Amino acid sequence: MNAATNTAASNASSEAAYYTHAYLDEQTKRMIRRAILKAIAIPGYQVPFGSREMPVPYGWGTGGIQVTAALIGPRDVYKCIDQGADDTTNAVSIRKFFATVADVETTESTADATIIQSRHRIPELPLREGQIMVLQVPQPEPLRGLESRETETRAMHAYEEYGLQYVSLYENISAFGRIAGGAGYPVLVDERYLMSPSPIPKFDNPKMHLSPALLLFGAGREKRIYAVPPYTRVRSLDFEDYPFEVQKWTQACALCASHESYLDEVILDDSGNRMFICSDTDHCATRRADGHHGSMSDFSLEDAEQSRTGGERP
Amino acid sequence: MSAALALMPDDTPLLRVEGLTKRYGAIIGCENVSFDLRPGEILGIVGESGSGKTTVLNCVSGKLAPTSGGVQFKTRRHGLANIHELSEPDRRRVQREDWGFVHQNPRDGLRMRVSGGANVAEPLMNLGDRHYGRMRQATIDWLNRVELDISRIDHKPRTFSGGMQQRIQIARNLIHAPRLVFMDEPTGGLDVSVQARLLDLLRELVRDLDLSAIIVTHDMAVARLMAARLMVMKGGHVVETGLTDQVLDDPQHPYTQLLVSSVLQI
Amino acid sequence: MITRPAIAVRSLSKTFTLHNRGGMNIPVFDGLDLEVLPGECVVLAGDSGVGKSTLMRTLFGNYLPSGGSVHVRHEGVLVDITHAPPHVLANLRKHTFGYVSQFLRVIPRIATMDLVMEPLLANGVSREIAHERACTMLRALRLPEGHWALPPATFSGGEQQRVNIARSFICDYPVLLLDEPTASLDAANRAIVVDLIKAALGRGVAMVGIFHDEDVRNSVATRYFSVSDFKAAA
Repeated sequence: MNAATNTAASNASSEAAYYTHAYLDEQTKRMIRRAILKAIAIPGYQVPFGSREMPVPYGWGTGGIQVTAALIGPRDVYKCIDQGADDTTNAVSIRKFFATVADVETTESTADATIIQSRHRIPELPLREGQIMVLQVPQPEPLRGLESRETETRAMHAYEEYGLQYVSLYENISAFGRIAGGAGYPVLVDERYLMSPSPIPKFDNPKMHLSPALLLFGAGREKRIYAVPPYTRVRSLDFEDYPFEVQKWTQACALCASHESYLDEVILDDSGNRMFICSDTDHCATRRADGHHGSMSDFSLEDAEQSRTGGERP
Repeated sequence: MSAALALMPDDTPLLRVEGLTKRYGAIIGCENVSFDLRPGEILGIVGESGSGKTTVLNCVSGKLAPTSGGVQFKTRRHGLANIHELSEPDRRRVQREDWGFVHQNPRDGLRMRVSGGANVAEPLMNLGDRHYGRMRQATIDWLNRVELDISRIDHKPRTFSGGMQQRIQIARNLIHAPRLVFMDEPTGGLDVSVQARLLDLLRELVRDLDLSAIIVTHDMAVARLMAARLMVMKGGHVVETGLTDQVLDDPQHPYTQLLVSSVLQI
Repeated sequence: MITRPAIAVRSLSKTFTLHNRGGMNIPVFDGLDLEVLPGECVVLAGDSGVGKSTLMRTLFGNYLPSGGSVHVRHEGVLVDITHAPPHVLANLRKHTFGYVSQFLRVIPRIATMDLVMEPLLANGVSREIAHERACTMLRALRLPEGHWALPPATFSGGEQQRVNIARSFICDYPVLLLDEPTASLDAANRAIVVDLIKAALGRGVAMVGIFHDEDVRNSVATRYFSVSDFKAAA
C-alpha cells in the first residue's frame, strides 16, 4: 500500500464515519432541513415532514431530536433540558446521545449553548442571536382538542378562521373565572398563523415575542415542523376583558432568591413542608454562584431525610 | 307609512336556485331543481328517504358542489353571488355570517367536547367578538330564549337530553342573527311531545326574527306546521310545489297524493 | 262610476284526479264565470256535493283549478291567483283575503288570544292595539273570557267556530270568503255573526258565502249564485 491509497482509505473511513453524523443519514437531514427552511419562511405554519423512527419512543422528544440532528455540526455546543432541568434522565440521555453520535461539545450553560433542545421550558436567560431553540412538541395542532378533522383545521389555518381557538379560552373563564390554561397557551405568530408553543408554561410565551434566537418546533409522532424566526411578533390570544397574564408567585426561589423566574413546587416530606425553586437549574446555579442566596439555600435533601428518620439509614 | 311598507315587502329573492343538478356518477342526486326564497319565507322540502331532499339542502347550503346549476344568495359582503363560484374562504364566511344549519343529530351540529354555553357562543367568536362578558350575556339570553336552564350553561352537551341538545343547537345557529337557516329534520329523533314543544319554539323564533328557512322533513305534520311553501321531491326530481295548504289539501301529483293519504290521522 | 270587481272568475273548471284510484276523474264544475263587486255578498246556492266548498277553496287558492282564472283585487290590481307566484299568493292572503272555513284549522297549542291577534300583527298593527281589538271582538262574539288564554283545541264546535270568525273579521279584509260560518252556532250567536257580515257589507267588503241556515242566508245575501249551473259532465 502506498501513501496515496492510505490517504484515500482514511478519507473513505472518515466519510463513512460521517455518513451517519448525528445519527440520521444525509438524505433524511436534507429533507428535514428543507422542512425547517420552509417553516422559517412561513412563521408559525406547520410543515409536514417524513418523521423517522428514532431510538427512543414517541413522546420522548423524537421531533426535537430529529430537528437537532438535522442542524447540529461539529462546532455546535449542545444543551438539553427537560422541565427546565439539565440533570433529569431524559435530558441527560439525549445530551449523551448527541455527544456520542454527533461528537459535539455539550453544556448546561444557556449562555454557552448554540443549540438548546427543550421540552416544557424556555430558559430564563434571554436568548441571543445565533442561538437555536429546539422545542419538542407532542401535539402541534392547537385546534385539535376542539376540531378533530385535519381537513377542517387545515382550512381554518389557510383562511385564518381562528374563532374556534377562543372557545377554549371561553371555556376556561367559564370554569375557572380566568384563562387558567398553563401550558401550550395558543399564540398568533406574526399576526397570521395560530400556533401551539409546545407545552411550555404561558410564563414563557412572552419570551418568544421578538426573540433574537431562532425557535424551532418538532413533532415526531405528528410529523410536523414549525418555526418562529428571530425577531418575529408572537402574541398570546386573550379577550378584551380577560387580558393575557403570566403566572406569578408570592415567594422567591428558596435557593437563589429570584423573583423573576418560573418556580417549581417541591414537596419535602410527608408533613406538608415544601419549597419553591427555579425550574431552570442553570439559571438558579448561575445566580447562586453570583452570590444570591434564598431562604433555604443551605437546605439539603439528604439532611432532611436523615433528620426525619432519626439518623438511621436502612 | 309603516303599513304601506308592510304591504310592499322586499320583492327580490334572498336565495335563487336555478337548474340545480347533482349526479353521483350515473346516479341522480337531484335534477333541475329551481326555486326562489324571499326574506321571511319558510320553504319545506318533503319526500321519502332517497328522494334527493338532503342533496338539495347540501348543495344549496354550499356543503356539496352541484354538477350543474347555480345557487345565488344575497350575501352581506358580496351582494348577490353564486355561492359555488365564491372562493372557499368567502363561501365559508357566508356560511358563518349569513347562515345557520340545524342538523337532525345534535352531535353533527354541536361540539360535544365543549360546554353548551361555549357551543352557543362560538359563532360570535367566529365573527370576531373578543369580549367574554358580552358573549356570556348573549349566551345566557339565548339559553333563556330557547327555554334552557341557565344554571346548566357550563355543562357538556352529552349531559343534556336529546330535546335539550337540539335547543342548544338552535341557539347556536341563531345567536349570530343569520338571515337564512337550513334545517335537516330538526325534530327527527325526538319523542312526539318534545318534538311538539320544539316546533312551537322554532316557529316562534323564525317569526320573531323574520328568518328565511329551508326545512327538510319527511313528516307532513312538521311541514304543515313550519312551512309556508312546499316542494315535494321524488327520485331526485321536484314533482310538485305550492303553498303548503294547497299542496297538502289538493295534491296534484300521484306521489304527493300517496304521501298525503299515507299520513296517519288520530 | 263603474264599480270594479273585487273578484273576477273566468271559465273556471275543477276536476279532481285520484291517481291512487287508477287515475279516476271527478269533475266538479266547468266554464264557471263569476264577478263579485265590493259591498256584495254572493251566496253560493246548490245542493250538497255540487261543489260550493270546492269553488270557495279554489277562490282562496287552497285548491288548484284545472282551467280558467281567478282574479282578485289586491292592492289595487287584479292578480290572477291561479298563476301568481307563491309569495304573492301568501301576501294576498295576508292583506286581502279573510277566510272562514267550516272547521277551525290552526296551529295547535297556541292561545286563543294570540290566534285572534295574529292577523293584525301580520298586518303591522301594534301589539297593544291588536290586543285591544281582539278583546273587543271576542267579547262581541261572547266567547267566555276564561277561554282566551287557552288553545281552542278543547273548545266546543260553536266556540271554535267563533274563534275562526274572530280571526277573519278582526282585520278589515277587502275580500271575505265564508264557508258555513254559522254552522255550529246557536241562534243568538248566529245573529251576532249576521250583524258582523252586514257591517262588513256596509264597509264595502266583497263576500262570497255558503250558508245552510235559510234565515242567515236571506238576511245577508245580496245575490245568489248557482254553482250547479256549471256542473261539469262526468
